[in-house]
Amino acid sequence: MKPSRPLTITGGLLVTPSGVKGGTIRCVQGMIEAVGEARPQDGDEHVDAGGQIVAPGLVDFGVFAIDKPAFHFGGITRAALMPDESPPLDHPARVRFAASSGKPDLWVHPLAAATVALEGEHLAELALMREAGARAVATGRSWIADSGVMLRLLQYAAMLGLVVVTHAEDGGIAGTATATAGEMATRLGLPSAPAEAEALAVARDIALAEMTGARLHLRQVTTRAALDLVRAAKSRGVAVTAGVTPAHFMLSDLALQGFRTFARLSPPLREEADRQAVIEAIGDGTIDVIASGHDPRGPEDKRLPFADATPGMAGAETLLALVLTLVRDGVIPMERAFDLVARNPASLIGVQAGELRVGAEADLALIDPAKPWIVDSAKMAATAGNTPFDRQPVQGRVTGLWKGGVPVG
Amino acid sequence: MTSANTPPFAGRYPAGALAFPHRSLLGIGQLETHQIHYLLDEAEQWVELNRQSKKHTDRLAGLTIINAFFENSTRTLLSFEIAGKRLGADVVNMHAAQSSVKKGETLIDTAMTLNAMRVDAIVIRHGSSGAVQLIAEQVDCPVLNAGDGQHEHPTQGLLDALALRHALRARGRQEFNGLVVTICGDILHSRVARSNILCLQALGAVVRVCAPPALMPSGIEAMGVETFHDFNAALEGAEVVMMLRLQNERMQGQFIPSPREYRHLYGLTAERLARAAPDAIVMHPGPMNRGVEIDSTVADLAGRSIITDQVEMGVAIRMACLDVLTRRARGVEGWA
Repeated sequence: MKPSRPLTITGGLLVTPSGVKGGTIRCVQGMIEAVGEARPQDGDEHVDAGGQIVAPGLVDFGVFAIDKPAFHFGGITRAALMPDESPPLDHPARVRFAASSGKPDLWVHPLAAATVALEGEHLAELALMREAGARAVATGRSWIADSGVMLRLLQYAAMLGLVVVTHAEDGGIAGTATATAGEMATRLGLPSAPAEAEALAVARDIALAEMTGARLHLRQVTTRAALDLVRAAKSRGVAVTAGVTPAHFMLSDLALQGFRTFARLSPPLREEADRQAVIEAIGDGTIDVIASGHDPRGPEDKRLPFADATPGMAGAETLLALVLTLVRDGVIPMERAFDLVARNPASLIGVQAGELRVGAEADLALIDPAKPWIVDSAKMAATAGNTPFDRQPVQGRVTGLWKGGVPVG
Repeated sequence: MTSANTPPFAGRYPAGALAFPHRSLLGIGQLETHQIHYLLDEAEQWVELNRQSKKHTDRLAGLTIINAFFENSTRTLLSFEIAGKRLGADVVNMHAAQSSVKKGETLIDTAMTLNAMRVDAIVIRHGSSGAVQLIAEQVDCPVLNAGDGQHEHPTQGLLDALALRHALRARGRQEFNGLVVTICGDILHSRVARSNILCLQALGAVVRVCAPPALMPSGIEAMGVETFHDFNAALEGAEVVMMLRLQNERMQGQFIPSPREYRHLYGLTAERLARAAPDAIVMHPGPMNRGVEIDSTVADLAGRSIITDQVEMGVAIRMACLDVLTRRARGVEGWA
């Protein structure tokens, strides 16, 4: 859907990759035509930003459900959908259907299942799924245990030019664990696995990526040991990127107190030292992407004993506000925040969006970065309110959203 | 006549419900030290009663208690059933194998169903840590944790403390302070170990835990225990040795090569027991695997093994817990 007339936003603080600057942005035919110096012309739809931030719409990398109200609340205009649907996205027809499921006001970019039924055994039809609209390949919620399969997957994906998105947790060690081994898991008596399960998997996947030249994206890296491996690999020039969700820089395993199933996540919450390591890695550029991991789960999945509950959190609504805490705490500047939630994920899936630049898609969010609000699991826009941040006061709210120059909502 | 009117320990505890302000008994972790002492002291009258020929009171007459066991149990279930019946309550046992849990009903729905039947207390055993707390948050009556996953088994911790207190007093010792207790076995999968660590430490004991690395939970040092992999070293100077069985039903994957090898390293034999303090007390929460973690010669050692006393104290402790937790509903003065 193309907008009927051009859009001009004046009086805003424009978040560009090189910094935040006052100015005007003008969009024509759904594309950004000018950033900084421009004037509204006759017939334009004119919006006065009133000093608020004008930023690229968020590109949420790796969600488990298409949940439009939650995405739009959170300023998300594009979402990369994990293949863990029912049935899984391991067939071109399902990929094609998923790719069109959000249009026009939310673009869904399916991630193809790396293996048939995500079982980690037989490679799925990756080239055909690429034709059908898959923007990358993902191993899903679990890792591929067989290193031979992983090697062939990376070789094949490298040939096709597809990024491989992995879940980095050694399955043999993680087993049926629901928490990270340590004092908290021991006190609560929860099945737990050592945090090193992550570093082991990261080490293997980096070695194989280095060998094959494939582009590897570790969807969530949450421990110091694994982040050190990513940092070292990047300095060697390996094509590896890393992501994380706000849970792992906001919370440690102390959040499990009282068997709170909203804090049951995969990978599980880590000890405080690892949380600090994630913040460092966001600051020094080791982490490239922050995503919501949006996975709304109702009472049937969450109102259960901790170990029996399904992991996952509804994160789309809180992603922006929690990333902005990093800006307020001085961990990263504002423009880097939007690299993490928009520009870098857009580049991973190869779409011309996620930044304010001439020629990019006019996916825009108007944001009041200081606006205070309280997360309330009972009043979420998402299909379920399973947020580990319930009752937490946060700042930063989307006040306007455009997809391809057309206002959303 | 209620114990609230004639406490055998008047003045030692705050009056009425202040002595034990909890609605449910979910774990030792929620209890203050004086509340543990209170339950132990309350249990003494039931130890007395249980040794009479007429072991019955009508204190809980008219009350309905459900023993909802989602995990198999013989001794704990029996102990709770006897405790409830000796107090005059109507006791109903619900076995998960016979319940609608098998038909897909959720735990919460089961809890709501029990709640709607207006029961006066629910005793729950469940295979998942935290399950009992989840139910307690949904129902109006007191809930007693009879074991949740690998988390806690508070009445076991209390009954062990009571049995130990009796054994210590018989030896002329009044205090737990500085008492060296070695707990050996499958610490990782044991809720009994966790409740005992918390309970014994609260009472002043020094607790050592001993297990092969794969059965030792990570970070348990933070609970204030000393850890050992070498059983002989752990026994050095121990005044109490508590043996735990291997919980094969909770093990996924192989944790030890064989029972024979386990016995070689961790079995409590008469020779090993000689390394502990003279007259060291031997305990085991049961069921025992004789010839694996404990030899019969030790398990049946008169004057040293208090394993059957533990079982006896179990009934008294559970009577005390049921009595104390139902006082509010029964309108006992100072508790309602």
